[in-house]
Amino acid sequence: MRHKATGVGQQVIDLQANSLSKRFGTAAPVFSGLDFSIRRGECVALVGANGTGKSTLLRCCLGLIAPDAGRVSLLGVTLADLGGTARRELRARTGLVGQKHNLVPRLSVLSNVIHGLLGRHSGPRYWIQGLAPAEARAAAMAALEKVGLADLALRRADQLSGGQSQRVAIARALVCSPRFLVADEPCASLDPQAGEEVMALFMSLVKREGVTVLFTSHNVQHALSYGDRILGLQGGRIAIDARSADVTPLEMAKLYG
Amino acid sequence: MDSPARAVPHRFNRPGGIGFVSYVLVALVILWSLEGAGWSVDRLLSSPPKLADFFSRAWPPSTHNLDRLAWKMVETLQIAVSGAAIGIVLSLPIALLAARGVLVGRGVNLVVRIILGFLRAVPDLAWALVFVVAVGLGPFAGMLAIAIDTIGFCGRFFADDMENTDPGPAEALTATGARRIDIAASAVIPAALPAFVSTGLFALEKAVRASTILGLVGAGGIGIELKVGFDLFDYPTAVTVILMIAVVVIGVEQIGAVLRQKIMGPGR
Repeated sequence: MRHKATGVGQQVIDLQANSLSKRFGTAAPVFSGLDFSIRRGECVALVGANGTGKSTLLRCCLGLIAPDAGRVSLLGVTLADLGGTARRELRARTGLVGQKHNLVPRLSVLSNVIHGLLGRHSGPRYWIQGLAPAEARAAAMAALEKVGLADLALRRADQLSGGQSQRVAIARALVCSPRFLVADEPCASLDPQAGEEVMALFMSLVKREGVTVLFTSHNVQHALSYGDRILGLQGGRIAIDARSADVTPLEMAKLYG
Repeated sequence: MDSPARAVPHRFNRPGGIGFVSYVLVALVILWSLEGAGWSVDRLLSSPPKLADFFSRAWPPSTHNLDRLAWKMVETLQIAVSGAAIGIVLSLPIALLAARGVLVGRGVNLVVRIILGFLRAVPDLAWALVFVVAVGLGPFAGMLAIAIDTIGFCGRFFADDMENTDPGPAEALTATGARRIDIAASAVIPAALPAFVSTGLFALEKAVRASTILGLVGAGGIGIELKVGFDLFDYPTAVTVILMIAVVVIGVEQIGAVLRQKIMGPGR
């Protein structure tokens, strides 16, 4: 394994994975014995061929899927030790941007963004924008402003283009000011130009707000340009863990070989 | 003509031993059922003259009591609409408990689904008989019967509709720490809403069909007129009732089909 990343010193660790393993049914493990950490404010690109378990690993990191073995510590809290309420409180400081954008199609853009506040506020007032408190509407509009879609606040989510839809998903993820964000191939369903725009916008926003990010991408250039660090998965193991400036295109190509 | 390089395959495969026995068993069960149902060729062949006699006495349909029959039909529709509306509204919270992975655990899902299965298994006429005993004769008993029948139907299908929604939005909200009830209300129910409307329209059509015969057991509606018509050999009135029922049921089905098409699109 190539491991160039240096020790983390005194910096705060936002994500620590130890001996992480996962298998589905009786099939071979998706991955096993993974160890890595992500420092506060770091942006890490998780890369690897299809089927290497990138999406599964992301979900294990957020506690959406339980690993078979090993331990995940997120924002200083061990996920396995958490009960329902504590887990929700932790998740209120995290977010997920998915490949399919995952907006509720029949609701307005504004309602979808307000849903990003549901980790911190519960109840019918946060279900649709018409009932939402003024401060929630203002926060959602501010998030839409950041992604340049404030003028589409009342448009139905299923009437957006792919790029607009993903920008709304980013606004929903950012509206609660998360500490840690996971993005699972955020540009996979977009054309190259829209994908480039969305990725640039997403990364500028998270860097400006100092959010720690773990993202996956099949776009090698995105991984190298936007990731401070590359985590490369191959054969269920971490094959690359190095600063992106130190990873060559050839090493990246080998991951997909 | 050239002969093919390979032999032409058989048109049909000869069934195996188990397949052959299965066909024979199915045939025996059907014959046994026909015998139990009193199948009689003689009686079937002797029926046309009796049917012709009935229609000669029933035709033309009576128009004497059209006002009274029309009001009874209005009452029938009131039973159907109010019963279906109450049933649909009550079905939603029950379906939330029955849908897997939405609000509660598998144990509760199973128990609620068994209860819904029981509500569906008991015929609407049987529910009407029960409610006639409980609340007395009249349309109120019929409305309660329709409501219970609708809960059994919509509770199950609303739950299925929710289970079939895209899990992505729910997962995105789970990742932000949202509670299950908030996820259900914000992501699952809005996504399932078109399917709910379609299921609800089917429930209304079913309620209209059921409500037309609840009067046979004293639970209100036009069914009592049908029963009285046959009991008093007033066949013209009975045929008028049958035609009114057919027009209303077909009309409601057509309106339902148009609304479903508008809401769901041509795909469903």
